[in-house]
Amino acid sequence: MTATGRLMAPVTARRGRSIGSVLRATGPAGMISVAVIVAATLAAIFGPLLAPFPPNLPNLSLAWVGPGGGHLLGFDYQGRDVFSRLLVGARSSMLGPLAVVAISVTAGSVLAIIAAWRRGPADAAIGAGLDILFAFPGILLAVLAAAVFGAGLTAAALALSIAYMPYVARVLRGAALKERSQPYVAALEVQGAKATVICLRHLIPNIAPLIVAQATILFGYAMVDLAAISFLGLGVQPPTANWGVMISENQTGIPQGYPLPALSAGLCIVAVVIAVNVLGERLFDQAQAVRR
Amino acid sequence: MLVASLLIASFVIFAAVYLAPGNPIAALSGGRSLPPSSIAVLEHRYHLDQPFLAQYWYWLSDALHGNLGLSITLRENVSTLIAQRVWTTAGLVLYASLLICVIGIGLGLLSGLRPGRLDTSTLVVTAVSAAIPAFVAAIVLILVFAVQLGWFPALGNGTSLVDNIRHLTLPAVALAISSLAIVARVTRASVREEGEREHVQTAVSRGIPGRQLIQRHILRNAAIPITTVTGITIASLIAVAAVVETAFSLNGLGAYLVQAAESKDLAVVQGISLVLVTAFVVVNVVVDVLYAALDPRVTLGGNR
Repeated sequence: MTATGRLMAPVTARRGRSIGSVLRATGPAGMISVAVIVAATLAAIFGPLLAPFPPNLPNLSLAWVGPGGGHLLGFDYQGRDVFSRLLVGARSSMLGPLAVVAISVTAGSVLAIIAAWRRGPADAAIGAGLDILFAFPGILLAVLAAAVFGAGLTAAALALSIAYMPYVARVLRGAALKERSQPYVAALEVQGAKATVICLRHLIPNIAPLIVAQATILFGYAMVDLAAISFLGLGVQPPTANWGVMISENQTGIPQGYPLPALSAGLCIVAVVIAVNVLGERLFDQAQAVRR
Repeated sequence: MLVASLLIASFVIFAAVYLAPGNPIAALSGGRSLPPSSIAVLEHRYHLDQPFLAQYWYWLSDALHGNLGLSITLRENVSTLIAQRVWTTAGLVLYASLLICVIGIGLGLLSGLRPGRLDTSTLVVTAVSAAIPAFVAAIVLILVFAVQLGWFPALGNGTSLVDNIRHLTLPAVALAISSLAIVARVTRASVREEGEREHVQTAVSRGIPGRQLIQRHILRNAAIPITTVTGITIASLIAVAAVVETAFSLNGLGAYLVQAAESKDLAVVQGISLVLVTAFVVVNVVVDVLYAALDPRVTLGGNR
């Protein structure tokens, strides 16, 4: 075996872990979390098909009526079936955070790897740009975007993606820097491998567990922030079903003694966020353990 | 660094609103059509005939003199409107910060220093509460403590100081709850980590009494990550306050910002964004200073 072959050995060894074995290692709490996330994802995909009643059909004579007659969770302030709206609302509630995570993690990783690879002025310039973004809390940027471009999920999701990007980039830059100084990178460079090839085929796969863990944790934050923006009336617009919107539109039921519609939507958000946090934390610990 | 990031943040806020679709003259006239001579007068008065950078300069220097322009919907000075609301928001954020520092750090220290049943239950409770968004906490608190128990008022500001505090209690808890849980978890983890380190184990074996051990060897080192996470979460409350103020119908800056965004009252949006970003950046700088004070290895103004 040549010297480079030996240097590259750990790279291939690390890649051998299947998704199943990674998930099994997260323990029972991790498995329950995966089940919750899978259920929410299925609702997001098939919700409109699964919903037993039309989610947007108001019937004011049924407003605030409690559970019964096949209506598991009763009716909301307009007399719409709460359970059907929760199922259909999963789509807008899950799709928004997914978009935020996809955009911010992709952009953040690219910036982090460029900064770590080039170092010097490129690193300094990217760092300075990210420092500016750190001055804007995500929700504030989303409210600003809604004021300028009008309320809606797209503007809110884009604003949050920009606000989250520096956090992703900061964590991944550190990991990429560490990876950059590994002997296998130097070995590949000596062999004349192109920088893009080393990054795409070796560096990124090696920090992938950390990227996945970051993305998972970020999904929870994005879900809370996007639901908050929809709660404020600046995100998803009624009558579209959405968990955040359902809380704000049914909030008036609480002092009147009809808390179920608002509470059930809140419970959906909390359940998914706990699941994502627990899974993300476990994946993060695993990623750190592998790196050590 | 502080001045530079504030300057750039103010530029971003101004530029975003400048790029907003819609004609400021139409907003000023309330949609009525004006003769060209009045349009020219208005354009001159509001510097709309000047290039972009000059407009930014006028806006910034006015802002530094405390003049943030006029609210289109309320026909009042934005600075006056902000001054009327800033104390609600400041009170809310301070109250929540106090809860985070006392209960969050306290709970973390207790469960970090004493493994056992308290520790396990703290871990579970904080894992759940860390995932509760402020507006979900708000509806649950209103349901339990305002509607069912009637201990606290559900909505609105108070009339006297004591009444104000009573009105702010549920909102402050709603605002604090998830950050409190995060701070407790980080505190616990860093106390635990310090306790296992070699210098602490050496001190234990030398028979150094528990109190001195905790104060001098564990807390001094653990204080660094605790301060960082507490500072970052407290800074984040400044923006989340908007959600809590809306949920509890509090007359604060954040709720007003949301209303202004809905009604496209852009001078108000600019003014409040500027105030909130300034507060956010200042809190972050204070955290950096504290961090340097606690950790002699860190020097201010050094590289990242």
